[in-house]
Amino acid sequence: MTGWVLRRIGQMALVLLGVVTLAFLMAYAVPGDPARLIAGPNADAATVASIRHQLGLDAPLWSQYTAFLGRLARGDLGTSYALHGAPVAEQLAQALPTSALIAVGGIVWQLVLGVPAGIVAAYRPKSAADRLATLGALIGLSAPPFWVGLLLLYYLAYRFSIFPLNGLGDPLWWYLALPTFTLGLAGAAWYARMTRAQMLEVLRSPYIQMARAKGLRERTILTRHALRNALTPLITMIGMDFGYFLGGVLIIESVFGLPGVGKLTYDAIDQLDVPIVTGAVLVAAFFVVVMNFLVDLTYAVVDPRVRNRR
Amino acid sequence: MTTPPEPPAVQHTEPVPPGVRDGLRRAGRSLLRDVPALISVAVLVLLLLAALLAPLLAPHDPMRTYAEGLSARGAPVPPGGDFPLGTDPNGRDVLSRLLYGARVSLTIGVVANGLATLVGVTAGVVAGYFGGLVDTVISRITDMVMSFPILLFCVALISVTGPSQRNVVLVIALVYWTYLARVIRGMVLSLREREFVTATRTLGVGDVRIMVRHILPHLIPAIIVYATLGVASSILIESSLSFIGVGVPVPEASWGQMIDDGRRYYEVAPWLLFAPGLCLIATVLAFNLAGDWLRDLLDPTAPERR
Repeated sequence: MTGWVLRRIGQMALVLLGVVTLAFLMAYAVPGDPARLIAGPNADAATVASIRHQLGLDAPLWSQYTAFLGRLARGDLGTSYALHGAPVAEQLAQALPTSALIAVGGIVWQLVLGVPAGIVAAYRPKSAADRLATLGALIGLSAPPFWVGLLLLYYLAYRFSIFPLNGLGDPLWWYLALPTFTLGLAGAAWYARMTRAQMLEVLRSPYIQMARAKGLRERTILTRHALRNALTPLITMIGMDFGYFLGGVLIIESVFGLPGVGKLTYDAIDQLDVPIVTGAVLVAAFFVVVMNFLVDLTYAVVDPRVRNRR
Repeated sequence: MTTPPEPPAVQHTEPVPPGVRDGLRRAGRSLLRDVPALISVAVLVLLLLAALLAPLLAPHDPMRTYAEGLSARGAPVPPGGDFPLGTDPNGRDVLSRLLYGARVSLTIGVVANGLATLVGVTAGVVAGYFGGLVDTVISRITDMVMSFPILLFCVALISVTGPSQRNVVLVIALVYWTYLARVIRGMVLSLREREFVTATRTLGVGDVRIMVRHILPHLIPAIIVYATLGVASSILIESSLSFIGVGVPVPEASWGQMIDDGRRYYEVAPWLLFAPGLCLIATVLAFNLAGDWLRDLLDPTAPERR
């Protein structure tokens, strides 16, 4: 087990280093001169040069890279161009709780909408219920979330004033209902497909035939025997989704005006505030890689076969 | 009258793909039985026609601001009369922009996904066939790219490279090739162990020839399915990017960007949301349904793509 964990941590570190390198190259490749941006349009060449020197932008690529790594190790993600030199890490940390709330809400909706649909579909394959669930999932998958969000806003918040129009307020869940539902709708389709496929697989297995032969009620077989095994792979999806969503749900947060990482990034794009954008990308990738690791770890603890596989 | 005995089944060393004509006939028959698939193919044909014939069909210039396209108070004009689907906040004709938007969505979806397919299949085949270090390097690269949330990664890349149609295509391809590469690699891993590959290699056939002439044909069904589904994802991503404002640059029309134009006016002009949104969902749904139908038809036992 220890060997497995160490090897897995090594792999994770490698992927993270790659991710960081990619983010660095991205920030480095930015056209235009950040120093000129900070100095303002009226600054003379000497001022721009001195700012460039302060930022280390005149150093060779390699030393900029090591400096970048050094700063990262101290949790320094650089400073924002637009927000009066505010530290990027601080900005992201302020926005993260909102994104975490949205992430949890979205995942709950995905489970609530997706899993029952998948179970119903798998219970009688090719039945009307199955076709309906499958088509519903496909529509959920094909609907652009920004459009669904705007429609919900138009009907449920504007026309019929049931829900608040945007932002956060009290009670919190009331303000989060529409955005998390919108987020969950698209993902629910994947959960439904996954649940259906897994259930079909499990329902074919000998132990279910055994349970049927014992004369157990179909409902007991479904809930007590099949479901538990069929839903284990959902751990992966939940874990990965949580990682992805923490990186900010750009579109949902901007449509509903929620001050999370996504909204921060959205606003930063408008102002060409590259440090914020790369910072958000880094944080998101970091969470995804770490969640991936935690998911694998969960499996390894639960299922010894995973550890022995390479 | 006696029926002649069945000819003995010919043992092929590798399964021969059915003939093209036979395949088309089978596809036609299955299409007639599958109503959603039939509708989706019809939608795709209509869409293609709309995109091709946009200059003939569009009643107005999609990029021009019309004085009569804005009310006295400067608000967009509702559907009816000279503007069948109304005008947008800039006084441009929505129907014309919708038709030209079909061109943009289809072109970007097909070209970006074509590129992604090309790169993904090549990388997947090479990684799966050679294994070892080559496989490790390619697999770690796909891991890295897939660690980024798709949309955020695309947005970041474009905010660095600057928005343009070409960059949108390149960025989508750059992200999406990984998904296909992973699937194809898995398939090649098992294909390369099959007897016909060993046999061909024993005959002294080179690696490149084995990959192209002997392994690739087995991947074609899966590639067709994933390419079709991939167009749906690519169009969705393009519209999201355009909605965020880093996609197709204005004044060129794109459905995502039209919805973005409409969002500031949806209280007074909801038609700005409906028309492009319905086009978008119909297109993406049609590609997804067509992809699922192809999957059933060609039955590649490949896992579903996220």
